[in-house]
Amino acid sequence: MVQKLTTLAETPSQTAGPYVHIGLMPTYAGNAGSFPQEIGASPVTGKVNGQMIDIVGSVFDGTGWVLRDALIESWQCDGGGRFPGEEGADPNVSGHCRFAVDEATGEFRLTTVKPGSYVGRGGVRSAPHISLWIVARGINTGLNTRIYFEDEDNSGDPLLSRIEQRTRVETLIAKKVADGKYRFDIRLQGDHETVFLDL
Amino acid sequence: MSDLGPLIPRNRAVHPAPYAEDYKTSVTRSPNLPLLSMESTPSEETGPVFGAELIGELDNNLILNWSKGLAPAVGERILVHGRVLDENCRPVPNALIEIWQANAGGRYRHVKDTYFAPLDPNFGGCGRTLTDESGYYEFLTIRPGAYPWPNRANDWRPMHIHFSIYGQSFGQRLVTQMYFEGDPLIAHCPIAATVRDRSHLDRLVAPLDLSKSRPLDFLAYKFDIVLRGRRQTMFENKLEGM
Ligand SMILES: [Fe+3]
Repeated sequence: MVQKLTTLAETPSQTAGPYVHIGLMPTYAGNAGSFPQEIGASPVTGKVNGQMIDIVGSVFDGTGWVLRDALIESWQCDGGGRFPGEEGADPNVSGHCRFAVDEATGEFRLTTVKPGSYVGRGGVRSAPHISLWIVARGINTGLNTRIYFEDEDNSGDPLLSRIEQRTRVETLIAKKVADGKYRFDIRLQGDHETVFLDL
Repeated sequence: MSDLGPLIPRNRAVHPAPYAEDYKTSVTRSPNLPLLSMESTPSEETGPVFGAELIGELDNNLILNWSKGLAPAVGERILVHGRVLDENCRPVPNALIEIWQANAGGRYRHVKDTYFAPLDPNFGGCGRTLTDESGYYEFLTIRPGAYPWPNRANDWRPMHIHFSIYGQSFGQRLVTQMYFEGDPLIAHCPIAATVRDRSHLDRLVAPLDLSKSRPLDFLAYKFDIVLRGRRQTMFENKLEGM
């Protein structure tokens, strides 16, 4: 026998299912007016310091079919690399957004401020990125990934550096399609499967 | 900001297998390649803060919130309550809990749900609340019905309430489902079965709690939730100790 640990185990995840929008995006589910104010409607709440950008993309399953029911949340720092609540953070950046893929086209659009880089524990600088959390029917535990940007210096980023197969780094980098416009596709499985994170 | 330490790495053995043959949609939606693991960073250790001003008075009362208090929903009236703790047994105050569920007949108020159980004109099926200082929360709702779903030829979901929980950091994000004590459908459900270990699945099954039931009004079920905790030691943040 050994002494008893007093820690608890995390509650197991279950799929968000096909009707997740009822709970998290009621207007999208056809239930406008469920709440006086919906959560995560936009990651910015006014004029921000930095560049406003559009990121468009789709989520593909292992057969190459585009998901029509995925819901995504994003979390990021402001244009200066500060997270909401941090001293000096941009008051008009909430950093949090909820968005769903379009049920007809399967395309999502995130309009936000381009994040800055920040220095984390141990003085390591992260390249600018947006964190994503993806849920849908068939996804048993929400999937985490990140959007980096093709037109930023990603060379010293501690997360990207850990990817052994260098060809897979590309799956985390949004392609610039025009000034302030990026494309970021997510592949759940198969060729060019996105790097998903366990942090 | 003061460093509260990195998040305790997820014990994936607690969570469902991503690929579950009997839950057919997971077959093409589960990553094949290993997740990339490393210590959490500020992106996972910070997260949105939700203020009480966001939450309306009836938001955690699903019996009345859809009709704006005018008429109660049909069904067995229940109180669902519990606490949100972290792995270190600390209460998580100000956690945002959002729930959604089918009505008493097993039908969701969602544009894509076409099950022929009727919609209840007085039931929307979603609610939300923030935990108090001790991590406690409550919802008043009706017991959702079981419903059939297209998977294997005769699959039925046990009665369940979907839960989304936001603790204090993006890395704690969790979505799960609460089941009800004694429901025989749990043992037949391929989604419940995605949780590999029966002892962990049992933690999603809420017991009847007569101590919180109000006579002649509602029954109560207790559902406690555990989110990831933070690791802090006397040796934190010392690069030379890595
Ligand atoms: Fe459901």
